[in-house]
Amino acid sequence: MTTRRRVAREFTPPPLTRADVEAVSKQYDEPIWLRQARLEAWAQYEALPMPTTQDEAWRRTDYRHIDWGSAGALLSPNGGAFDDIPPENRDPLLGEERGGLVAFVDGKPVHDEIGEVLAAQGVIFMDLRRAAREHADLVRAHLGTRAVPPDEGKFAALNAALWTHGVFLYVPRGVQAALPVHSVFYATHPGALIGRVLVVLEEGASVDFLHETLSPTLGADGSYIGVTELIVGDDARLRYVALQDWGLNVFEFSHQRARVGRDARLDWITGQMGGKFLKAFMEIELDGEGAWGRMSALYFPADTQFMDLDTQQNHNAPHTTSDLLFKGALKDHARSVWQGMIKALPGAQKTDGFQANRTMILSRGARSDSIPGLEIQANDVRCTHAAATGQIEDEVLYYLMSRGLPRAEAEKLVVDGFFVPVLDRIPFENVRERLLAHVERKLLGA
Amino acid sequence: MSATLEIRNLHVSVEGKPILRGVNLTVRQGEIHALMGPNGSGKSTLSNTVMGHPAYEVTEGEILFDGVDIVGLEPDERSRLGLFLAFQYPVAIPGVTVANFLRHAINARRKAENPEDKGISIPEFRKLMMEKMETLRMDRSFAGRYLNDGFSGGEKKRAEILQMAVLEPKIAIMDETDSGLDIDALRIVAEGALTLHERIEMGILIITHYQRILNYIRPQVVHIMMDGRIVETGGPELVEHLEEHGYDWLREKQSNGA
Ligand SMILES: Nc1ncnc2c1ncn2[C@@H]1O[C@H](COP(=O)(O)OP(=O)(O)OP(=O)(O)O)[C@@H](O)[C@H]1O
Ligand SMILES: [Mg+2]
Repeated sequence: MTTRRRVAREFTPPPLTRADVEAVSKQYDEPIWLRQARLEAWAQYEALPMPTTQDEAWRRTDYRHIDWGSAGALLSPNGGAFDDIPPENRDPLLGEERGGLVAFVDGKPVHDEIGEVLAAQGVIFMDLRRAAREHADLVRAHLGTRAVPPDEGKFAALNAALWTHGVFLYVPRGVQAALPVHSVFYATHPGALIGRVLVVLEEGASVDFLHETLSPTLGADGSYIGVTELIVGDDARLRYVALQDWGLNVFEFSHQRARVGRDARLDWITGQMGGKFLKAFMEIELDGEGAWGRMSALYFPADTQFMDLDTQQNHNAPHTTSDLLFKGALKDHARSVWQGMIKALPGAQKTDGFQANRTMILSRGARSDSIPGLEIQANDVRCTHAAATGQIEDEVLYYLMSRGLPRAEAEKLVVDGFFVPVLDRIPFENVRERLLAHVERKLLGA
Repeated sequence: MSATLEIRNLHVSVEGKPILRGVNLTVRQGEIHALMGPNGSGKSTLSNTVMGHPAYEVTEGEILFDGVDIVGLEPDERSRLGLFLAFQYPVAIPGVTVANFLRHAINARRKAENPEDKGISIPEFRKLMMEKMETLRMDRSFAGRYLNDGFSGGEKKRAEILQMAVLEPKIAIMDETDSGLDIDALRIVAEGALTLHERIEMGILIITHYQRILNYIRPQVVHIMMDGRIVETGGPELVEHLEEHGYDWLREKQSNGA
């Protein structure tokens, strides 16, 4: 007689070690303080358990199918070059003028350029490792100290210990950057890609920033362990557009947080298109009185893609405003999870928080879950949320088709229209067009 | 060659419930017909069935366009043959501007004719759209609004006629286009339809409850529908008779005949 046993797979960590941390630090000839920070983060990483589906934030988010054998080995550059990045992802954002472009392939810097205009304004935009040497004080003061500390979570700690590449954007006090800047993280083969984004805007500064993470479909599982830190000083204004288009076997685990100062404005827009699995924590801390923060997302998983977007809008001061609009379309057997929390601290009076997650289910097998939440400790606030899941209505399709549009095209028009409120928030025409083209490919793809 | 829409002994059910019970009606290009009848008699059901709405099931009979039965065709195929329906209740398409939609509609036609077609050029399209909007006295800003989204009743009807003017169908059904229009708008819209009738011989089946629009768009033939059948067909004088006497005499005539 044979007994069948179900193999209960574990939430295992990637096979990385302290020796890897030392090797990474040594390889880049880093300053001592950074090496120390990495080792401390590694200790924190080791002390934290791997998240499991027993944890509230991970309840619907099972990653046990990841093959750490390929996805957990630090990616080695292997000769990847700037030209490997698809041209549309490295084109200038506005006409011919370029504010700056920083690009990495497999974690290696392949392009590190800031245009004359921004350089003359005193804007710093560069490879984060270079910045750690050339602008040590600035980087040291902000890296993992204010927005995403290493003990934020297992993957945040892993990132802090082992990040291999990053981009640093700094806009000095009172400077309105005349041009947008653009960075790209690209991968050409499977492995663990560990990257960071650090943005610091001093008081009264302003800038538009596009950050892209992408890869083609890789031969085996890959991972991106990411941290994004956006520090928006008093009266500053940041428009941050983040596009994710990983290949279909990439798992992303990322922690992203913005801190917004007094009377500052943060406009954060994300397009989530690729990957096999995504767990992204995206949080806005409205720290200063009068701070304003907006978070918008456009996501479109198809096939068996899984996306979990976990957001927080934290009102830590009075007269703060937050506005979240997420729009997702789901096709085939895709799944999405959105959990969103609005918090208002005691004292955060006269705050106004709004969140809406709307999804459109395009196939029977697709599913989306919305879990909105409010945690209000102040008494004079206005916080509201909305979540809705729908399908393309027959009446709408019929109407469009009655004007001669074939069904597939009518569907595309409806989905485009559905995404328009988020697309309209993206300040770059070519990025909007690229996203629409992506939506079209996904809709028409079998 | 002029196109013909021929409806023969059409029976239609919705969710198993019979609505149309043997409708016969023929509209040729160049002709104007009016279709009147009490609320719920089946006029919109007929329009939507001709256009191919998926909820309406043809249980018997035929709809021929130029002699070919179109019952099995998708709405877009019917549209590209040259049929048009100006809806009684146009639906809103959030996020899709009037201009964007019109351009897609034009290009879908061009593509169907020639798969190699690259689509209408932006300047050519703008010119066409502005021209049509001007004849319908529509404000330029209209082109940038989301189709029917937050439109007033009258704006929706005007947008329907704008689409008709751009698509230039061979035969158009106008389902209560007059309802919701103010007196000036009614005249403008009616003139828009008449222009198409005169210029490209667009055939019109106009559904209405009132005489007013028919003073502009003068039908040669008037049909009256009751309980899913056309019970009376006559000349324009029928309209006046209805205005005066309502439908009771027809109901009586029906029950006497039965
Ligand atoms: N989609 C539908 N589902 C259920 N019933 C329907 C549907 N469409 C039409 N009906 C029914 O069919 C009958 C005819 O409706 P229809 O809309 O065709 O009338 P009408 O002549 O256009 O009326 P009106 O003058 O009020 O516009 C009505 O009883 C209506 O309730
Ligand atoms: Mg009707």
